[in-house]
Amino acid sequence: MRTLRLLLEKEFRQIFRDKGLLPIIFIMPMVQLLIMPLAANFDVKNINLAVVDRDHSTYTQQMVSKIASSGYFRITGYYTDYAPALHQIEREKADIILEIPAHFETDLVRESKASVYVAADAINGTKAGLGSAYLNTILGDFNNEIRMKWLPAKMAAAGTVDVTYSNWFNPEMNYHLYMVPGILVLLVTMVGGFVAALNIVKEKEIGTIEQINVTPIKKWQFIIGKMIPFWVIGMVDFTIGLLLARYVYGVIPVGSLLLLYSFLAIYLVALLGFGLLISTYSDNQLQAMFVAFFFIMIFMLMSGLFVSVDNMPSWAKVIAKLTPVTHFIDVVRMIVLKGSRFSDIKMQFLYEIAFAVVLNGWAILNYRKTA
Amino acid sequence: MSEKAIVCKDLTKRFGDFVAVNHISFDVDKGEIFGFLGANGAGKTTAMRMLCGLSYPTSGEATVAGYNVFKQQEAIKRNIGYMSQKFSLYESLTVRENIRFYGGVYGLSDKQLKEKGDELITKLGLEKEAKMMVGSLPLGWKQKLAFSVAIIHQPRIVFLDEPTGGVDPVTRRQFWDLIYDAAANGITVFVTTHYMDEAEYCNRISIMVDGRIDALDSPANLKKQYDAASMNEVFYALARTAKRSAD
Ligand SMILES: Nc1ncnc2c1ncn2[C@@H]1O[C@H](COP(=O)(O)OP(=O)(O)OP(=O)(O)O)[C@@H](O)[C@H]1O
Ligand SMILES: [Mg+2]
Repeated sequence: MRTLRLLLEKEFRQIFRDKGLLPIIFIMPMVQLLIMPLAANFDVKNINLAVVDRDHSTYTQQMVSKIASSGYFRITGYYTDYAPALHQIEREKADIILEIPAHFETDLVRESKASVYVAADAINGTKAGLGSAYLNTILGDFNNEIRMKWLPAKMAAAGTVDVTYSNWFNPEMNYHLYMVPGILVLLVTMVGGFVAALNIVKEKEIGTIEQINVTPIKKWQFIIGKMIPFWVIGMVDFTIGLLLARYVYGVIPVGSLLLLYSFLAIYLVALLGFGLLISTYSDNQLQAMFVAFFFIMIFMLMSGLFVSVDNMPSWAKVIAKLTPVTHFIDVVRMIVLKGSRFSDIKMQFLYEIAFAVVLNGWAILNYRKTA
Repeated sequence: MSEKAIVCKDLTKRFGDFVAVNHISFDVDKGEIFGFLGANGAGKTTAMRMLCGLSYPTSGEATVAGYNVFKQQEAIKRNIGYMSQKFSLYESLTVRENIRFYGGVYGLSDKQLKEKGDELITKLGLEKEAKMMVGSLPLGWKQKLAFSVAIIHQPRIVFLDEPTGGVDPVTRRQFWDLIYDAAANGITVFVTTHYMDEAEYCNRISIMVDGRIDALDSPANLKKQYDAASMNEVFYALARTAKRSAD
């Protein structure tokens, strides 16, 4: 215990005395959070939508006109069959196909349940991904309106349906609302993954790790002593980011903060395990930097931040699932935007715990006091 | 517990095909100052790392402070001090903080740390520098501090890997005073050096050539044996036979 305290004392002193590191840990992520959502503001207007309408009812027409009037979509074709719509996608005339099955109206009226199919062109994944998300929102809205109309007046007044729905997704279709939580995750990931890996490799490079290895400090003490400071930094960074998201972008988490932080806590353990693992395989900071960069690139691309995982080919989905960042982005969006509860994100919790165990276990096995 | 601080028999370390340390055998008595000489690349650091429990020997046997280098590395680590060839105090911690950290991890209490720290700082004349970052000290001071920190927990043996490399003659002299003090306090000293005047200060020395130990005796006996006026000549006579190119 005393050894651990000494290690923590040393780490925190070193971190707070490192004039090069402090801005990287605390300032850079914040600047990026302020700039990235603006710079990475993809044009999500004018998404080309091909509609396959097999129902031809008044409701489908109302729905399509609601979509068209949202300002985000341009209806580029109205078909009764799938093939010509697909052809539109192939010719890049359409980004998304909305397929309305037969009996849409009947189902909607009877069961208050609208089932439509959305197929998106994964080539321009951003447009497709955001487009699908927006389409979802509009459809949810539409569905909601319909239900309001059909429900008895007194129930509508009670507002049960309305409350449930108004919290879903991203009702104002605010782009920031969709991107900011994801970017926040990435920043925590980059700071946590990079800085932890580099920190340990630096001790290798200057030779102090050899000195540590020749003392009675136990392997787990050294590792925990390295993890706790960066875990705390990750928590602080996330908190600052969350505050920025709130006061700059107006993104206020709908769901439980406790749940969000519980997930973050586990995620950081997994992430730091990853950094530790890289450090055990690298001899110098440059090497660690490149390896970390390689993986973080993959994490970024596969995480569903820019390209929705649903739009990925199946092999890519597998990689996405095997990327710890994916689940965290997913969860942050779910909790922040939808107010999801623990039961909704159980699977992601399990994934993240598995990552934490595997990555740390591997790193601990691979870290040797005697080579 | 044996009479010897270090017993080493046919200790060998290979890196692939390359035999860095080739069947070396020697004993070091308790309280002895043992000089471990050899040209660059002879295998001194490699041998020393095995003895400190930092690296697994490929074959052979050795005990350090009575503990086996294959199986009891952690026990060895509790009983030795090690000053590596690379400076390894934390440059961004102060003199005091380094003492506290390295002393503390060997289990010294806060009170002991305070006492030992004060004593050490006075002895090295670092009163003014106690709150300075170690990185800002001159090299000679750093080395003396690193040595003092390496023995702050009163180990049975201290391993010093080229502790005086690049240090000026006056400071080297002071450094050897510290070594003598430690030896007088019952600490066995195992030291590598490239300075032949320092070799003369040792009770016994071994000279490594290409991974082997080619000579081992007291400086006086070695000079007699090689019919040499100084340790320098002894070293030249042996080092000439080396095939391994220095790196
Ligand atoms: N991990 C390693 N892998 C491969 N070869 C190594 C390794 N460590 C050391 N060597 C080689 O073993 C030989 C002995 O190296 P060592 O560092 O023990 O020499 P040394 O006597 O300490 O030299 P110096 O006086 O320069 O410190 C060198 O040729 C070195 O290149
Ligand atoms: Mg060496």
